[in-house]
Amino acid sequence: METNEVFDKVKGLFVEDLGIDESKVTMEAKLEEDLEIDSLGIVEVVMAFEDEFDIEIDDEELADVSTVGEAVKLLHSKI
Amino acid sequence: MSKRRVVITGLGTINPLGNNVSDSWEKLVNGISGIDSITSFDTGDLPVTFAGEVKNFDANEYMGKQHARKLDRSGHLSIYAAEQALLDAGFNPEERMGSNCGIVFGTGIGGIGATEDAVRVYDERGASRINPLAITQLMPNSSTGQVAIKFGIEGPSLTITTACAASANAVGEAKNMIENGIVDIVVAGGTESGTTPMTIGAFAQIRALSTKNDTPAKACSPFDKNRDGFVMAEGSTVLILESEESAKSRDAKIYGYVVGYGSTTDAHHITAPAEGGEGAVRAMDKALKDASLSVDDVNYINAHGTSTPANDKNETSAIKTLFGTKAYEVDISSTKSMTGHLLGGAGAFESMVCILSLQNGVIPPTINLNNKDEECDLNYTPNNAVNKEMNIAMSNSFGFGGHNGVLVFSKT
Repeated sequence: METNEVFDKVKGLFVEDLGIDESKVTMEAKLEEDLEIDSLGIVEVVMAFEDEFDIEIDDEELADVSTVGEAVKLLHSKI
Repeated sequence: MSKRRVVITGLGTINPLGNNVSDSWEKLVNGISGIDSITSFDTGDLPVTFAGEVKNFDANEYMGKQHARKLDRSGHLSIYAAEQALLDAGFNPEERMGSNCGIVFGTGIGGIGATEDAVRVYDERGASRINPLAITQLMPNSSTGQVAIKFGIEGPSLTITTACAASANAVGEAKNMIENGIVDIVVAGGTESGTTPMTIGAFAQIRALSTKNDTPAKACSPFDKNRDGFVMAEGSTVLILESEESAKSRDAKIYGYVVGYGSTTDAHHITAPAEGGEGAVRAMDKALKDASLSVDDVNYINAHGTSTPANDKNETSAIKTLFGTKAYEVDISSTKSMTGHLLGGAGAFESMVCILSLQNGVIPPTINLNNKDEECDLNYTPNNAVNKEMNIAMSNSFGFGGHNGVLVFSKT
């Protein structure tokens, strides 16, 4: 799967499942500051990713993820 | 030192009758039921298929999906009612209420819908798929915390879970906070959304619910000989309580006064009322003494009147014990006949009813009261509202656990 396809799927999850405004979801957007995903929300995001891409994400792997782009990169490496 | 007087400056509600105060009041005075067949889920093999559901309310539309997802439905209803009440009291909901404002909220079973959903997911998909928001949705203080966050309420907060007396106790404890000078303003209310499959099933198992599935709007018939149980309902009602001084200093509209509060416990049985409503007698007596009033002063009693055989009989006995011959003169009604039982949200809703009754000089009826029960022989305002100038109203709330909360309101 190409990076842009992963991004499209991630964007779809954020917009459809989490109710985030579509225009806010860019590769540069910060999860916490720009998308208002707090510490509880990030657990939901991970669950949504795991379901969508049929993968498992460890807490440690999340440590370096603070933007949508970094999330896409992590997911791309695991698919 | 004399106690500070406590006024009500704002009202907000969302319930089976309507999604604001005026629509709800119009239904109440016209004797229109808000109870109907359940539409929010498939009732499957449940022995009860009707309830008082809130209608025409989309939480995603109201607060945005990203925010709505974080709350159980009981929380959505709480924020909706609280915003109305704050606006009605003349506050700007966009501004923080600050540390001179407290919050006391009552609920019987908190985010029970979120609990049911989370258990279902755990059973079907395992621990790793449990909603990480489940705890913050289901904890009974969820609404208290979420309303406080939304409106910046930084003073003391309490969540009261005395079952069906919860929000009567909430209004009473809020009154105490203001009387004692702890804060000038308290957001007091109650919420419940237990119109969910397991909850209705469980209440049905203890034979607490009416099973008149074919005639939902006629099922709740407090004090009627053929009453067969209460009707589950959902909703939230919020009152803004304020010191009279604070309200006058900002030229706020004053609906009326909270003048008396009595709280007692049966210490008898977890569901059945004490014989003769002994705990209820003491609560009503305490509330009147707190208000420095006597039974002769009471114009209207908004009864607990659940439509269960045991409650209505014992509440009637309790009123007779305390009021003596005056029991046959005082106007009584059960508005649960129209709303169903809002459980932890009932006391706040019925406080609102008392205040509006005094303001408008109208007693809403007990609908569906057609068959005389010799054990329930008081004046319950059957089927039609009555116009009457009044000054003092009493609201009774009794809960599983043996909790009794009684409030007294005054127009002047």
